[in-house]
Amino acid sequence: MSEITIDGKVCKARAGLTIAEVAKANGIYIPTLCNYRGLKPVGSCRVCTVRVGGRYMAACTQIAVEGMVVENTAPDLEDMRRSILEMLFVEGNHMCPTCEKSGNCELQALAYRYQIMAPRFPFQFPVRQVDASAPKIVLEHNRCIQCQRCVRSIQTEDGRRIFVPQNRSRRRKIGVDPRLVSELTDEMALKAMDVCPVGSILRKEVGFAVPIGQRKFDKKPIGTEIDEEITR
Amino acid sequence: MAQEKDIILRHPKDPSALLDIIRDVQDHFGHVPEEAVARVAAHLKLSEAEVRGAVTFYHFFSLTPRGASTVYLNDSITSRMKGRTAVAKAFEEEAGCRFGEVTADGLIGLFSTSCIGMSDQEPSAIINGVVFTRLTPLKVKHLVKAIKTGKPVRDMVTAWGDGANQSDLVRSMVSNNIRKKGPVIFGPFESGSAIKNAVARKPEDIIAEVKKSKLLGRGGAGFPTGLKWEFCRKEKSDMRYVLCNADEGEPGTFKDRVILTEMPQLLFEGMAVAGYAIGAREGLLYLRSEYAYLRNHLEAVLEGMRRENLLGNNIAGSGDFSFDITIALGAGAYVCGEESALLESAEGRRGEPRNRPPFPVQTGYRNRPTTVNNVETLCTAAKIILHGAAWFQSMGTARSSGTKLFSVSGDCERPGVYELEFGLTVQELLDIVGAKDAYAVQVGGPSGTCLSRQDFRRRFAFEDLSTGGSVMIFGPWRNMFEIVANFMDFFIEESCGWCTPCRVGNTLLKGKLEKIMAGRGSAQDLRDLEAWGKNIRALSRCGLGQTSPNPILSTLQNFRELYEEAIDRHKEFVPDFDLGEASLEAARLTHRQPIMGETSHE
Amino acid sequence: MSKPVIATASLAGCFGCHMSILDIDERILKLIELVEFNKSPIDDIKTFTKPVDLGIIEGGCCNSENVEVLRSFRKNCRILVSLGECAIMGGLPAMRNGIPVKECLEEAYLNSLSVAPEDKIIPNDEELPIVLDKVYPCHEVVKVDYFLPGCPPSADIIWEALTAIVEGRPLNLTYDMIKFD
Ligand SMILES: Cc1cc2nc3c(=O)[nH]c(=O)nc-3n(C[C@H](O)[C@H](O)[C@H](O)COP(=O)(O)O)c2cc1C
Ligand code: SF4
Ligand code: SF4
Ligand code: SF4
Repeated sequence: MSEITIDGKVCKARAGLTIAEVAKANGIYIPTLCNYRGLKPVGSCRVCTVRVGGRYMAACTQIAVEGMVVENTAPDLEDMRRSILEMLFVEGNHMCPTCEKSGNCELQALAYRYQIMAPRFPFQFPVRQVDASAPKIVLEHNRCIQCQRCVRSIQTEDGRRIFVPQNRSRRRKIGVDPRLVSELTDEMALKAMDVCPVGSILRKEVGFAVPIGQRKFDKKPIGTEIDEEITR
Repeated sequence: MAQEKDIILRHPKDPSALLDIIRDVQDHFGHVPEEAVARVAAHLKLSEAEVRGAVTFYHFFSLTPRGASTVYLNDSITSRMKGRTAVAKAFEEEAGCRFGEVTADGLIGLFSTSCIGMSDQEPSAIINGVVFTRLTPLKVKHLVKAIKTGKPVRDMVTAWGDGANQSDLVRSMVSNNIRKKGPVIFGPFESGSAIKNAVARKPEDIIAEVKKSKLLGRGGAGFPTGLKWEFCRKEKSDMRYVLCNADEGEPGTFKDRVILTEMPQLLFEGMAVAGYAIGAREGLLYLRSEYAYLRNHLEAVLEGMRRENLLGNNIAGSGDFSFDITIALGAGAYVCGEESALLESAEGRRGEPRNRPPFPVQTGYRNRPTTVNNVETLCTAAKIILHGAAWFQSMGTARSSGTKLFSVSGDCERPGVYELEFGLTVQELLDIVGAKDAYAVQVGGPSGTCLSRQDFRRRFAFEDLSTGGSVMIFGPWRNMFEIVANFMDFFIEESCGWCTPCRVGNTLLKGKLEKIMAGRGSAQDLRDLEAWGKNIRALSRCGLGQTSPNPILSTLQNFRELYEEAIDRHKEFVPDFDLGEASLEAARLTHRQPIMGETSHE
Repeated sequence: MSKPVIATASLAGCFGCHMSILDIDERILKLIELVEFNKSPIDDIKTFTKPVDLGIIEGGCCNSENVEVLRSFRKNCRILVSLGECAIMGGLPAMRNGIPVKECLEEAYLNSLSVAPEDKIIPNDEELPIVLDKVYPCHEVVKVDYFLPGCPPSADIIWEALTAIVEGRPLNLTYDMIKFD
């Protein structure tokens, strides 16, 4: 057991836990997007960035070390996080009104929580194709945020990956293995859709199942379960 | 496709062989065909998506044909300064296709590539692995003609460069351009002396000597080498590795190329010394594929060392020290120079940086403790073991001992490699290289800083101007915005795309810069550039993203007046939108007058 | 003091946002007490007749006329508000942004099944606005002061924003007001 402080609050930290895990265990919300319970953190979205002794680090990958003084809600830090969310919005094509995930989408939910009315960046309007070739799922590349949750969670029994990043730089995209994806079970297809934080992996033939008003983030901001007190 | 099968089957059924297999397939077919993807996947028990993921990460691998002769023309700023535009035009005209394309007959493919480490002899290109330097439109004309007649590309090199470039195993037109030899890297060196000296002492003493010398890493980050070795040695493990980082991808640097050409044995002895110090039995040289033309030469040196028992078992009669070195090739990715990405690539995967901690000294190559060191660092360490820490510390400054290799390029009379003691000023270096009217000096490559005249008094040393040695000089007639834009394009292209700020942010920064360059900038745009750049610096996951806004941030600081002149200072907001441009296409299609001379109503 | 003046326009939008303005139910009576409407499809005033305090824009810019209207709003309105997804990010019309203009025009006027064979012509009358290369969010064309997201924005966020801006106090937006759908 060690101790760190997050915005002045003393937090007990079990050895080997990340800052994000310590925060959660202590009832402090640090926003995350690419992180997912049970999956090895990759630190790709950078939304969980915190400041420790003037240095910036991703709370999801950084192990808490005795005596760390962590800043989490400093206004400039929160604005940096907001800027990341805005980058993700302008990078793809997010037409929320037409999106099956709307209301259940973690990117959108974070935008609500951070009260993003319009991004500071110009929209990129990239040209991306929708891939509907697999029998059970549709890949809507326009909405992918490169969180790698699908990459990490969906594998064959012998450990081969079905979702794999292709290309690099801004051309990077998630590719699927055409053969293996056609062998996806219903269960795995559903899991892929659930694990995707946005509307990028969709189970064919379902969607818009939950009526507006009852969706995950219709009533309460994302993270409410962790910090009951939203002071915004 | 029996042939292809052989290419694949001769490799071990080990996923770490993935890049080697892909390279063989690429070399053989000029690309990685569909069938090969499936067979490679089956051979290594990977998914096809994993194989494609690796192919598409690296610039020199391709799923589609790149032409029987593939031209990779360097697109760095030094290349542009020396006439790349005309050379590129000549390639397009002679070949009959545009850059990014392959001719209809499949004979020639034209592609741009990031700096290939020839900044002192631009414009340069790699054609089927053969390096061509100092290209002119006329030379290009002859080259393409010869390619069309079916002449092997190798045979088109008629004049060799100097030194080992002339040797049978290299036969390259590349020149070393060693302008100033210093005592450490280019001083006298007797074969075997460093290794023999080292194995006569205890490993701990070697580490102590290197620590005492205060040697700091020459790859850019300046981490104390002795400390790194000590950390590595102290990690409990059955195996440890020495990795030499010869990825040298920072535009404007080429000094490792010259070491690899002229002093390879010094380097390999440095690796062996490091291996002895940390308790490793294996070393790996990660060689950027742009330098693959040196591979046979390097292999021959290794073979010679094995013959002399400077590598292998029971080295130099040490009794129990065994060490050998293998060469791993990159495939075109600057980010692979980042040490953890280097490990990923060396293990046969996409060269994406790892999250740290753990650091390579804890969990590195094949999950074992690993020291990753720059070429020059290892050479320097070998010399320190030979001549002692005191000798080394007698050179340089208090905190920056020894000498440094500088790769000097751009607007100067004598571009090339200079070995100079730490502590000299920028102005002193400019005088040595013959840069009379330098206007700006880029130190440390695009990821470094851009200095204006008032900073020419600053010193090259870790306590002031820390650098991996790239020095690019720009005369007053150069357009600074074009330079900055070229650097940003470099980072945009070379980002691995893993994390948001680097993948997305750099494109946004570049867009802002273009807006200003188009004369549509306002005071707000300058504030945005600065704020966005600082965010990218703070939020990015690895050193690439953390330094990628530097071209903009450092010119905003040191050449502020250029930006101020380029914007409309009286306006708080100027849109990037231009009605004339936006309506041009539809007007053309409907044969109507485009909307011209519009003014914003702001 | 005279009543604040409001103007509205629908550019490349579906009029849904305007419907949402009318959706404030009985509060519209209060609104009319509070403010005066100038140029707007709601009262059918076609040109600006006086300086306007608050301009409300629905829809993005898909053609040259949209740009002209938007600019005239910027010129005549002290405060400009982008109302709804289309104004803020192009919205549904912007789904054409990845498609070259040529293909769009050909699909609409030449190849579409609903085009009669004798009508196969891309309109090119000088009177017509020129289509832009893509649909632009309003704030990429002129400076916009406030953004009210939603497709359409809820009557509540519109009411809160209108009253706050007119009264010159900061907006107090609750969680359920900000929605992108
Ligand atoms: C994007 C990026 C590229 C790099 N490229 C190189 C390189 O080409 N050569 C090199 O020696 N170090 C490079 N480095 C630095 C290495 O990560 C590492 O610090 C260095 O190899 C350590 O060696 P040294 O301590 O001997 O300098 C790079 C770092 C980053 C972030
Ligand atoms: S993925 Fe989320 S943010 Fe993107 S369009 Fe769908 S709901 Fe909106
Ligand atoms: S498809 Fe979904 S889960 Fe996979 S990387 Fe993209 S956003 Fe993440
Ligand atoms: S900073 Fe850039 S290069 Fe580094 S991990 Fe992020 S995307 Fe990749």
